[in-house]
Amino acid sequence: MSDAPLPREQSMGRIVLRRFFKHKLAGIAIGVLLVLVLFSVFAGLNSYSPTEQNPTNSFAKPNAANWFGTDELGRDVLSRIMYGGRVSLAVGLLSTVLSIFLGITVGALSGYFGGWLDSTLMRVTDAFLTFPTIFVLIILGAFLREQQLFILQNSIFVVIIIIAALSWMWPARLVRGLFLVLREKEFVTASRALGGSNFRIIVQHILPNCVGPILVSGTLQMASAIITESGLSYLGFGVQPPTPTWGSILSTAQNQIFRAPWLGFFPGFMIFITVMAINYIGDGLRDAFDPYVIHSEK
Amino acid sequence: MQTYALRRILQTIPILFIISILLFFLVRSAPGGPLTAARRNPNISKEQIEVLEEKLGLNDPLPVQYGRWLGDMFNGNLGESIKFRRPVSEMIGERIPNTLLLVGVAFLITLMVAIPIGILSARKPYSLFDYTMTTVTFIGQSIPVYWLGLGLIVVFYVALKNPFTGEPLFPVGGMNARGKEGELLDTIWHLVLPVTALSLGWIAWYSRFLRSSMLDVLHEDYVRTARAKGLKDNVVYYKHALRNAILPLVTLIALDLPSLFAGALFVETIFSWPGMGRLFWDAAKGRDYPVLLGVVMITAVLIIVCNILADLAYGWLDPQVKYE
Repeated sequence: MSDAPLPREQSMGRIVLRRFFKHKLAGIAIGVLLVLVLFSVFAGLNSYSPTEQNPTNSFAKPNAANWFGTDELGRDVLSRIMYGGRVSLAVGLLSTVLSIFLGITVGALSGYFGGWLDSTLMRVTDAFLTFPTIFVLIILGAFLREQQLFILQNSIFVVIIIIAALSWMWPARLVRGLFLVLREKEFVTASRALGGSNFRIIVQHILPNCVGPILVSGTLQMASAIITESGLSYLGFGVQPPTPTWGSILSTAQNQIFRAPWLGFFPGFMIFITVMAINYIGDGLRDAFDPYVIHSEK
Repeated sequence: MQTYALRRILQTIPILFIISILLFFLVRSAPGGPLTAARRNPNISKEQIEVLEEKLGLNDPLPVQYGRWLGDMFNGNLGESIKFRRPVSEMIGERIPNTLLLVGVAFLITLMVAIPIGILSARKPYSLFDYTMTTVTFIGQSIPVYWLGLGLIVVFYVALKNPFTGEPLFPVGGMNARGKEGELLDTIWHLVLPVTALSLGWIAWYSRFLRSSMLDVLHEDYVRTARAKGLKDNVVYYKHALRNAILPLVTLIALDLPSLFAGALFVETIFSWPGMGRLFWDAAKGRDYPVLLGVVMITAVLIIVCNILADLAYGWLDPQVKYE
């Protein structure tokens, strides 16, 4: 027995956080994303309305009054981009949360119970993975809005739902893979011996062990959700005007490419910088959760 | 090997079946139906619409319609476009070579650029080249393909002009200039911008993946053995390591196929490239149901065929894989 003081105990969360901020670019990316969120949340502080038209001041180049210029109807582009950010970021976040939730449910059931349930669910997952997603998104985007259901009249809801409905397969596969390994572990056997129900084992014992990989794949998912939403709105089948989103602003900019070639720069740049920040955060999280690195640090 | 390919094909049939059911009911349950445009047209009377409905079998129960559509599809009949009054299979047939040309060229260029970048980065990890490439690939991965395409048009079509003729530096729109239909050189000229837009993101993604895959392989015993035997560096990297590092890439490409076609859809739309993606976009705007269904089904079949090819390529690259 030695009297050397034991190292201060550290929680998993603390280790992960410290390791995350060691990745300098990930730290910067968090800051950038925060700025982008604040930028959109405080869109109301901008004195220009995103929808107010001013035909006498159309196609203004970026200047002191209209920092990002004005579009063909004389609307202030900066204001439109700030309001558009609300929609783009909210759609990205909500559809990711929904898709991860769906994916965890399918993956956990499939990986934990196995057997016919597993093979059925995985067959369906494969079918969805073979889908050329964007084609189906366009069909869904075009047709769901014409349904009579009240909630579907709102194109933002439609876009969130359809993006989630066509992207849950990746988290499902990931979670299934993790469950296949974890369900054989001793702590699961122990819990079962103590009379733990399947639900309890899944939610309280196995799921917490999957948090790292799920978070990492969640960032990837969110980056691609933002790109998908913008792309869909860009093609005209996503969020409908007059609600601005980065994708639809880009789409109107394309029509004015000869008169005002600069118009397309800002909305696309916002998508780009957001996606890049999220990708870097994902990279940082991956490093932070890497179990090998954590062990070697002891 | 042959029986394996056959089994893979048989396995995909239920998948295609599920896809077709989902899509068919989705598209047909939309209000208005295929005759929306005709109903809005004041020149077409109610009676004429009823005749049309009867003729197209739109009054039958949905499962009956589905059965008929499926039967037709097995005979290669994808129906008739509502807008153009032409067989869908003919319309798609015209577009498939164009899409395959665009995607194929972009893909070849991707591999030709991404593989060397991946290898060089892995040869000297954390060097200046590696850091630069990592940053560049992060940028490439985050650029939305539609923004990139738009940017290329602004720079190379709107802003920069050919100093001799005063025409735009690169052509945009279609596969050929007017009067030069079918000329190969002109088509290549038209391919430059769309292929650039399409391949940049893929180059970023695959070079990064190959880098990490190479780094994994370089720690293996057989690489050390090869080095210990005194083999030249180039032989170790390109013969021993690359062949193993490239295996996971094949799987990744197979998984990525749907998103490769998605990228093509955006690029075709932006550059008016007469491929299946552009056809689909036009059909979606006009609610041309038979065309929409046809394109999705054909794309799904294409993706499944490519998947099987990727599987077979995997077996060819890795002798350990046995198709039993």
